[in-house]
Amino acid sequence: MDFELSKEHLMARTLFREFAENEVKPLAQEVDETERFPQETVDKMAKLGFMGIPLAKEYGGQGCDTLTYIMCVEELSKVCATTGVIVSAHTSLGSDPIKNYGTPEQKEKYLKKLASGEYLGAFALTEPNAGTDASGQQTKAVLEGDHYVLNGSKIFITNGGKADTYIVFAMTDRSKGNKGISAFIVEKNFPGFRIGTKEKKMGIRGSSTTELIFENCIVPKENLLGAEGKGFGIAMHTLDGGRIGIAAQALGIAEGAYEETVKYVKERKQFGRPIAKFQNTQFQIADMATKIKAAQMLVYRAALAKDKQKRFSEEAAMAKLYAAEVAMEVTTKAVQLHGGYGYTREYPVERMMRDAKITEIYEGTSEVQRMVIAANEL
Amino acid sequence: MNIVVCIKQVPNTNEVRLDPVTGTLIREGVPSIINPDDKAGLEAALRLKDEQGAHVTVLSMGPPQADAALREALAMGADEAILVTDRAFGGADTLATSTTIAAALKTLPYDLILTGRQAIDGDTAQVGPQIAEHLGIPNVSYAEDLKVEGNEVTVKRQYEDRYHIIKVKMPCLITALSELNQPRYMTPGGIFDAYREKEVKILTRADLEVDDTAIGLKGSPTRVWKTFTKSLKAAGQQVTLDPQESADYMMEKLREKFII
Repeated sequence: MDFELSKEHLMARTLFREFAENEVKPLAQEVDETERFPQETVDKMAKLGFMGIPLAKEYGGQGCDTLTYIMCVEELSKVCATTGVIVSAHTSLGSDPIKNYGTPEQKEKYLKKLASGEYLGAFALTEPNAGTDASGQQTKAVLEGDHYVLNGSKIFITNGGKADTYIVFAMTDRSKGNKGISAFIVEKNFPGFRIGTKEKKMGIRGSSTTELIFENCIVPKENLLGAEGKGFGIAMHTLDGGRIGIAAQALGIAEGAYEETVKYVKERKQFGRPIAKFQNTQFQIADMATKIKAAQMLVYRAALAKDKQKRFSEEAAMAKLYAAEVAMEVTTKAVQLHGGYGYTREYPVERMMRDAKITEIYEGTSEVQRMVIAANEL
Repeated sequence: MNIVVCIKQVPNTNEVRLDPVTGTLIREGVPSIINPDDKAGLEAALRLKDEQGAHVTVLSMGPPQADAALREALAMGADEAILVTDRAFGGADTLATSTTIAAALKTLPYDLILTGRQAIDGDTAQVGPQIAEHLGIPNVSYAEDLKVEGNEVTVKRQYEDRYHIIKVKMPCLITALSELNQPRYMTPGGIFDAYREKEVKILTRADLEVDDTAIGLKGSPTRVWKTFTKSLKAAGQQVTLDPQESADYMMEKLREKFII
């Protein structure tokens, strides 16, 4: 067992940190306040290969591993959770299913463009009545000759309206329940597909979260991803991977809030000395640091498991559950240690606290993670 | 076109502190970086490679840990990396350093050699021009812009109050200013390749044709007598005057103290 990162991982971390500090951090507050999707950052990341870190070079990816990708999401999220989730949703949810289940033609046509960042990817499973219970899909797909006709809607779709391709789940045979769900690659310009309402959110406000509407949407037969009826398995396996990305986002948020807090408590003076000199502050800092390190271990372990093992759902669930709860706890404590200033927008910790909350909810709530873990343990 | 970029690994002086007793840099725990002027030289080489095709070799003289600076250069897009390292090179001043680097360069094909103007941990600005002297090739320093056309390099050489446009035939050596460009980021795949696919070639004392008396401490005529940090002896005076009066005021003060 070795807890040391390799030289290449350490250098990659330096790269992500420099990029985050120079290119992402200066925009974070404005992106949050104006609910603006940071397209210019996405363009820069595409140029540097950040949109295809774990994908093979033959598909135009960087040929690195899951850990490197995870460290990228972590470093971006330290300064801007919006930017972190754009990369996570694109890579884990928008690209990974095509890598795992796509035909050679689909990989040629879509994966190369996703890996290079020419295309932005998204994933559409959630519906108004199918959240945690993803099996309750109402969106239908009917095969008519050489194409499927999709009808229905999706909600809360990350990168909605900005993505070029969407992995969309729909019922092809309602009588079969979960086994009647299929996955499709839908291009943004397919006839009958449009973007609905954009959500106004508590946090990650620069991330574009929208409704997707399918009205007799024509999807060519060759855009069926995997076999008909295999969609539920594809969705669940994809979410296992996605959870590591969100766990990394949560970890990054916690680390970002922690760093801001360490800086603040050394500067802020009360009763004639920096508040870092008070034992309450010291104990809070000690707990925050320890929990962040524990979360990092779980997240990195899940990333390594994904590259080495066929099944990693429990590792991913543990990483996401713990990292998300640590993010919420650490950011809440960060605001508390900042006192009144922490509640204002003058300091970034209030944004980080708002951003942290979503990590306990999306890509499987903390309750779902506990279900997954318990199912593996019992 | 063969371009060799000489780089130095330096402590990031933004994060460095001085030992108040010895007056030397405290290097422990300070991250190492590629010297900023050198990195601009590397970026200039990589742009020439992108625009007109070139083989870019990075070369560094230093301890074994300078490997990281060379890998970073590879991850930015350099084709080849060479580390000139040996105990025998230790304690070198600028003359012994430039002698050693020039000897290493003689083993390589080059049309254009790029170095930084100066390193942020030494600030001498001597090594680049000295290398050119050893190799007997022209040198243009302080480049804030450069273009290559055919066999000629056109350099915009910066001065405090003007610039010179100089045309020079290759082979030549140019020293770059960090203002020359904004160096690119590495790429994640570039980093993996730098460690997993590419090699850093090592040149030691035995690989170079150079006299023992010209390298390392023996080849270094520079002797450091003392290093110290200047401390503030008294509070300064602030006056608000127009430029002419200010000049007169300063002249008067300097005369009062018998400085001039």
